Amino acid sequence: MAEFPIHEYDVLVIGAGGAGLRAAIEASAAGCKTAVITKSLLGKAHTVMAEGGMAAAMGNVDDRDNWRVHFADTMRGGQYLNNCRMAELHAKEAPARVHELEAWGAIFDRTKDGRILQRNFGGHRYPRLAHVGDRTGLEMIRTLQDHGIHQGIDVYAEHTVLTLLMDGNRCAGAFGYDRERGRFKVFPAKAVVLATGGVGRAFKVTSNSWEYTADGQALAYKAGAALLDMEFVQFHPTGMVWPPSVKGILVTEGVRGEGGVLRNKDGKRFLFDDIPENYRSSTADNEDEGWRYTQGDKTARRPPELLTRDHVARCINREVKAGRGSPHGGVFLDIAWIKEKLPNSVEHIKKKLPSMYHQFKQLADLDITKEPMEVGPTTHYAMGGIQVDGDTQMSSVAGLFAAGECAAGLHGANRLGGNSLSDLLVFGKRAGEYAAKFAKENGAGKLDQGQVDAAAKTALAPFERGAAGENPFAVQNELQDLMQELVGIVRVEGEMQRAIEKINALRARAANAGITGNIEYNTGWHTALDLDNMLTISEMIALAALERKESRGGHFRDDYPEKNAEWGKYNLRIRQGADRQPQLERVPVVPLTEEMKQVIEENK
Amino acid sequence: MSMADQAIFRIWRGDNGGGKFVDYTTEISSGMVVLDAVHSIQQTQANDIAVRWNCKAGKCGSCSAEINGKPRLMCMTRLNTLDLTQPVTVEPMKTFPHVKDLVTDVSWNYRVKMKIAPFKPRKPDAADGSWRVQQADVDRPQEFRKCIECFLCQDVCHVLRDHDLHDEFIGPRFLIYTAQLEMNPIDAGDRRKALKDELGIGYCNITKCCTKVCPEEIKITDNAIIPLKERVVDVFFDPIARLFGSGR
Repeated sequence: MAEFPIHEYDVLVIGAGGAGLRAAIEASAAGCKTAVITKSLLGKAHTVMAEGGMAAAMGNVDDRDNWRVHFADTMRGGQYLNNCRMAELHAKEAPARVHELEAWGAIFDRTKDGRILQRNFGGHRYPRLAHVGDRTGLEMIRTLQDHGIHQGIDVYAEHTVLTLLMDGNRCAGAFGYDRERGRFKVFPAKAVVLATGGVGRAFKVTSNSWEYTADGQALAYKAGAALLDMEFVQFHPTGMVWPPSVKGILVTEGVRGEGGVLRNKDGKRFLFDDIPENYRSSTADNEDEGWRYTQGDKTARRPPELLTRDHVARCINREVKAGRGSPHGGVFLDIAWIKEKLPNSVEHIKKKLPSMYHQFKQLADLDITKEPMEVGPTTHYAMGGIQVDGDTQMSSVAGLFAAGECAAGLHGANRLGGNSLSDLLVFGKRAGEYAAKFAKENGAGKLDQGQVDAAAKTALAPFERGAAGENPFAVQNELQDLMQELVGIVRVEGEMQRAIEKINALRARAANAGITGNIEYNTGWHTALDLDNMLTISEMIALAALERKESRGGHFRDDYPEKNAEWGKYNLRIRQGADRQPQLERVPVVPLTEEMKQVIEENK
Repeated sequence: MSMADQAIFRIWRGDNGGGKFVDYTTEISSGMVVLDAVHSIQQTQANDIAVRWNCKAGKCGSCSAEINGKPRLMCMTRLNTLDLTQPVTVEPMKTFPHVKDLVTDVSWNYRVKMKIAPFKPRKPDAADGSWRVQQADVDRPQEFRKCIECFLCQDVCHVLRDHDLHDEFIGPRFLIYTAQLEMNPIDAGDRRKALKDELGIGYCNITKCCTKVCPEEIKITDNAIIPLKERVVDVFFDPIARLFGSGR
């Protein structure tokens, strides 16, 4: 191992978004020597793009709210495939995590009586999202960053992890490289926390940044960890659709929370026509009631625009396919209409949704205070990921933890908006805490030089093939096209079988990727190295989606369009078999305790 | 949109050992931004081109560069705002050490932040450990917290760019960082002495170049730096004390 520099830690955190930073802060506070590795610069991780807010039942705006309602909302939104222990911990602990952010310097929007303001969001019964305009993610990551840099945490910015290092069945560290200089480094660690985010770059239309290449999921899978719920990918209903270069960029649900409405080309609010049975009693049946709800009228029920994301996305898809869409293949999202209700609507919109105003003005030449936006579904979030213990966040591999989007469990079949930022904080903290505990109770693992050498050799191979090899960007583009087309928002068996065949063909081409230029900051090389993770996880998504023969949450099968009670009893788990092929199995969902059954019942 | 179907991008290629502009012709379409053009060139003509980016929506502050000589975010610079009859020059920021192509070493900024005393909360107002603060009292610090750390203000600040006073002056980014701490009604710290002695606020002679390039349209000079200067003056340069003091 003498040939590569060695950086040894008690706890190594991979990923520097909300979950990674929160985990590192906790591990460091527990007295562990801690490092964070991030593919980007510090403070640029995808958390920065989160807009609407973080869900926490503080009851600042509506005192009927409490953790029990939040728990029940989360389970209903996840169609009861959630790990109920995680949903319970999340609902109970989120308020403390939000208050903690304020104690670290975050400045949230305020209520009239000076407390943290909370806003409405899809699937949440009461106004629950602590927020800062529509840039809550920026506030969160900056707060964690500015607090974290004074906690003695080492940060390896612009570094990529290539493989986890294993000592038998236990994780003993990681091996990666510095993107800027191209130098390999070995990171022995007593415990490793994966906090790498999602898989969105495997799809063509996505709100996700380039970093979302399924690294954590793939690293864990290859290390022997189990993945869960991979079929559940969230297509956010409102991404930009025009101009083409910005297609997929997120338009926050906050627009609808503030009174924005969805209309088809005939000006019809089509969501009123299709309200799912289990939400009928809590959804407005006329436009006026919906508006009153967004303005804080406690006697009003929420407008159908604030139904769960899976449902809204599918309704938009249906309108577009039926020829009732907007000129560029979306539908209209209109916030400008509130001028009929509010005399100062222009200032109001700019104050509540400043980055949306900016984004449309600069990227689409459109003033959202005057005109409706055009929006359509965009790949947004992976509910599935690494299977973890609900309390400790440890995966099925000893010493390997996961938190945030790369972990599975909290969100079940569909995530509620706002439950992601709170997820990062609640389970980031827990992962850091239990990783620190593991590090203290177990010494360092043994490192195997063979694993390091093999990973370095694989990583350098694209340079040997040079210009004669495959263009890695071309392979990536083809993967994105096929996942979008064949494993997207509406799925059928034949298409997914074709997707799996195509993924395997692409894998052969990815293995032949070639690179020109030198090893320093070579984006082509970085992309070539990302391909294997993306292909591995794309196959998992397709396999699980093929297996689940029903429609539920983010997973919609045209050939099985109904929800099936039998399938509601199982999660799908994938592990690498002895033959190195993925093994898919049904596992029973984590059973509800009597108390939690009661909580769900009382909030029906 | 009326523009040609192709445009020429004159991109700086090289590392800190030296470099040169290279012209790339690429196809363009409606709504494209400079970052799209760079990506298209990267995917089809020059796989190894170094460029930072993340969100492509003006929210992360990664893709800072100098476009036709002006410091801007590549992801927010629409091609229809540029003269495409001429090659569009795209260069790395000049105030920071060059790494490769469009990427610079911005680590100095992260070191500077470490020098500033962190947020220190005052005693909570409520028994549950929370505070009571009016929206009107946080509007101003929230403006500064919109900062996406693109460092374009640092790039354009002549104290850093022309005079290279990186050891003595923290630059506009960190003056607004300090301002949001000082103006946060929950913070109990006092950084005024540090602003004068270590952070170099006196070097800023309010030419407002920083404000002009800020993609978040933060009024850096008017709303942050000038009020901070006033606060420093209030404690350390009181005219009454000066009149009766040592004469300095």
